[in-house]
Amino acid sequence: MSGQMEARQSAMLASMSDVPERWLTTSARDKHGTLGAPVTRMDGALKVGGRARFAAEVPLDGLTYAAVAFSTIAKGRIAALDTTAAESAPGVVLVMDYRNAPRLKLPPVMFSAPKAGAQSSLPVMQDEQIHWNGQPVAVVLAETQEQADHAVSLLRISYEAAPAVISFGAAQQNARTPEKILREPTSVAIGDAEAALAGAAFKIDLNYRTPRHNHNAIELHAATAVWQGDRLTLHDASQMVNMTSWTIAEMFGLKEAQVHVHSPYVGGGFGGKCLWTHQILTAAAARLAGRPVRLTLSREGVFRAVGGRTTTEQRVALGAKADGTLAALIHTGVAAMTTHNNCPEQFTFPARHLYAADTIKVTQQVADMNMIANTFMRGPGESVGTFALECALDELAEALQLDPIELRRRLEPEKDPTSGKAFSARHLVEAYQRGAARFGWEKRSAKPGARREGEWLLGMGVATATYPYYRQPGGAARIRLTADGRAFVQMASHEMGMGTATVQAQHAAARLGLPLDHVVFEYGDTDLPPGTLAGGSSQTASISVAIIAATQALTEELLRLAGNESPLAGLSADEVETSDGGLRAIAEPDRFESYASILGRAKRDDISAMAEAPPPSEVQTYSMHSYGVQFCEVKVNEVTGEVRVSRFLGSFDCGRILNAKTATSQFKGGIIMGLGLALMEDALFDERSGRIMNPSLAEYHVPVHMDVPEIEVMWTGIPDPKAPLGAHGIGEIGITGVGAAVANAVYNATGRRIRELPITLDKLL
Amino acid sequence: MRFIVNGQHVEAVFDLRTSLLDLLRDHLGLSGSKKGCNQGACGACTVLVDGERINACLALAVQYQDRAINTVEGLSEPGALHPLQSAFLEHDGFQCGYCTPGQLCSAIAMAAELSRGVPSAVTVDLAAETIALSHDELRERMSGNLCRCGAYNGIVEAITETFSPQKSAQEAA
Ligand code: FES
Ligand code: FES
Repeated sequence: MSGQMEARQSAMLASMSDVPERWLTTSARDKHGTLGAPVTRMDGALKVGGRARFAAEVPLDGLTYAAVAFSTIAKGRIAALDTTAAESAPGVVLVMDYRNAPRLKLPPVMFSAPKAGAQSSLPVMQDEQIHWNGQPVAVVLAETQEQADHAVSLLRISYEAAPAVISFGAAQQNARTPEKILREPTSVAIGDAEAALAGAAFKIDLNYRTPRHNHNAIELHAATAVWQGDRLTLHDASQMVNMTSWTIAEMFGLKEAQVHVHSPYVGGGFGGKCLWTHQILTAAAARLAGRPVRLTLSREGVFRAVGGRTTTEQRVALGAKADGTLAALIHTGVAAMTTHNNCPEQFTFPARHLYAADTIKVTQQVADMNMIANTFMRGPGESVGTFALECALDELAEALQLDPIELRRRLEPEKDPTSGKAFSARHLVEAYQRGAARFGWEKRSAKPGARREGEWLLGMGVATATYPYYRQPGGAARIRLTADGRAFVQMASHEMGMGTATVQAQHAAARLGLPLDHVVFEYGDTDLPPGTLAGGSSQTASISVAIIAATQALTEELLRLAGNESPLAGLSADEVETSDGGLRAIAEPDRFESYASILGRAKRDDISAMAEAPPPSEVQTYSMHSYGVQFCEVKVNEVTGEVRVSRFLGSFDCGRILNAKTATSQFKGGIIMGLGLALMEDALFDERSGRIMNPSLAEYHVPVHMDVPEIEVMWTGIPDPKAPLGAHGIGEIGITGVGAAVANAVYNATGRRIRELPITLDKLL
Repeated sequence: MRFIVNGQHVEAVFDLRTSLLDLLRDHLGLSGSKKGCNQGACGACTVLVDGERINACLALAVQYQDRAINTVEGLSEPGALHPLQSAFLEHDGFQCGYCTPGQLCSAIAMAAELSRGVPSAVTVDLAAETIALSHDELRERMSGNLCRCGAYNGIVEAITETFSPQKSAQEAA
């Protein structure tokens, strides 16, 4: 589609809908500027030059270095903590433990208040109680990292252990049904699904299991804290700067404005760079020492003190009629959680929105364990939920002797199957068709084990990918326009490699009618207007709407400033549009004045305007989701059981794509993490000690170069008329469906169904 | 102790337990070399010593007196990028950028290893004088450099274009 056609189509769609027209148009005359183009990352040169300073790299005078001791029992109390030897070791500044740590209030846990960001509500180093194996129990500060690391080994700590719940099986005996799963009801029932299942002509009823995962961003979690009187500056690696600031302020009894969080670069987040104990301990230790403190978790420390994705056991039961349509769709199960967090791993979400069925039953439970609080990790819920659901569909397709793509076509719903809402945009069938043609799906043998190359068995698998559209409430953007025609767009949001800063500069340039190199997007600092968290693939929508609102406010300011001598005199903001570095009357295109001219006449160097984003009402009205299809070809070695992914294609339907280059990387990055989930990732939890047994990158395997084939991605690119810019965030959809696509391909290659991740070679022998 | 870092002679006084990585990052202010594990498992700390790639986190700084150490900061001046750095931008060979300095240094030394005929686990002809940069050779030899963002395809394209321009032109055709 040409840019012009697309612009016209979007304007038309918007005018028919209940979202503001300006959501889908930008500067009318400049069409969409560079939006959609493969623009190179604006922070790229700094990063390839090694000149971007991450949280552990801020130079400071008088800096002290921290090392952390972690508990070695899962529950109980510290019986004795002897710091004498550590304190007298060379270079040691102090040892902090529960006896001398500053008194802190309990951490406001996420969801307990709008800006609450703590990942656990447990007290942070305030008493001798131990709640998980790996809990920080002491912090040593020294003049160098080497001195701190040595001194921490001199601490003598003994514990009194108490009985702990560290077996998932035992925990399930007391599983509970939470009141809500995020903002959605825990259970949905349409008709009597169990009865419909019992009476169905074709049925499957299966259990699937997924293990714990760790985000393992390559940048270690780190924080650098400096106090000036009662004002704290925290250099953090953060995907939630405002929530971190508010939460730390609450704990230290400060005002939010007294806690300045700075996080311009984040070396990978994936849900893991939120507020954990290490930032709080860094701030506390800096306060106690009266000196700046840097705390970098070791890789082991990341496994001990930062939670990951939890383990799940899921049941999927499908009852089908002879034509393949569903009489019953059941998805239930349980995830391990704790009593001190609220992250139930929403694995039943895909089953609520993907397929039509006469009766539906979804519900999920949590089983409380003594472990580090689990948390959101890329595609929380959806990544492991689609593993179970999409494997089950493959199994049903086989029972029906139907092609798995044909089965999904027959299950395509007209409206959201559980909420009954209209879809804002859904082109999943088209994504299947286009992807299948591109991937050569017709070459797949319906019979497993039918294709081989020497000792390698070949197979193909497919699965649906899906992730909700979210837009976070709150957030505001400010635009400062200077007399030389440059714009500085500010919002305390986050760039962890998604391309956010580049895409929003593209957006603002298009919206203001300015060349891209005249626009800078400033982010990652709580001194800027408040942003929203980088989570739930929501930043694109959340920031876009704030920038749209700020542009409107700026237009009003500019018209006020332009006054009576301007060719625009007398016009209201709704009667003008941004264009060619200025404002133009929509009805009379000759009436134009540049920003430079408006500012010049008023003798102003700059002008700014700030506006808040309106609440996300679009999600109340519509069922809004991203979709995709994952196509996988594997080779499985018949002798060793080794699985190699030989080809992979993702065919996506996520609204308009805003930057073809960074979007491609986002999709591929998600898919690659999905290959890890499918084939290797497993944070091994020892059910005798409650301790993670492979806390290193040598033993927790993530995909490396050799594991990754050339991946292809494609997209429908059809704008969602109910979403700002017609676009959806795409950070998480890429990982969804991958586990099932790989498992289904392994089945197609070998005839072996693996229903427990990861699909390691021992399971195939 | 004296070191030659990015062509400059520098002196530093430090604890003898200090790794080369911590010397660079904490004592010399060269934070371009990254720390992803401090255990030799991720490659983020890869630097060049006399042209060979090493994991700086596993190297004691005292062992590298008077050796020529090159880090990502030494690959180029700001504004005039090394061709491999430009290719990383062009092919989006990174997202967060944290593994990138290690990938860059590692790739430069890898290209030199190929031209010297140093074999890898996937090399067929162990006696060859030089080894061609195939897709498998490249991925095998770069597998010590983890990228959790999953920028692997872009990294492979950037390295191929820089060190085997012929091959990438053929692929594009
Ligand atoms: S930091 Fe040296 S290999 Fe990971
Ligand atoms: S770019 Fe983020 S780890 Fe490689």
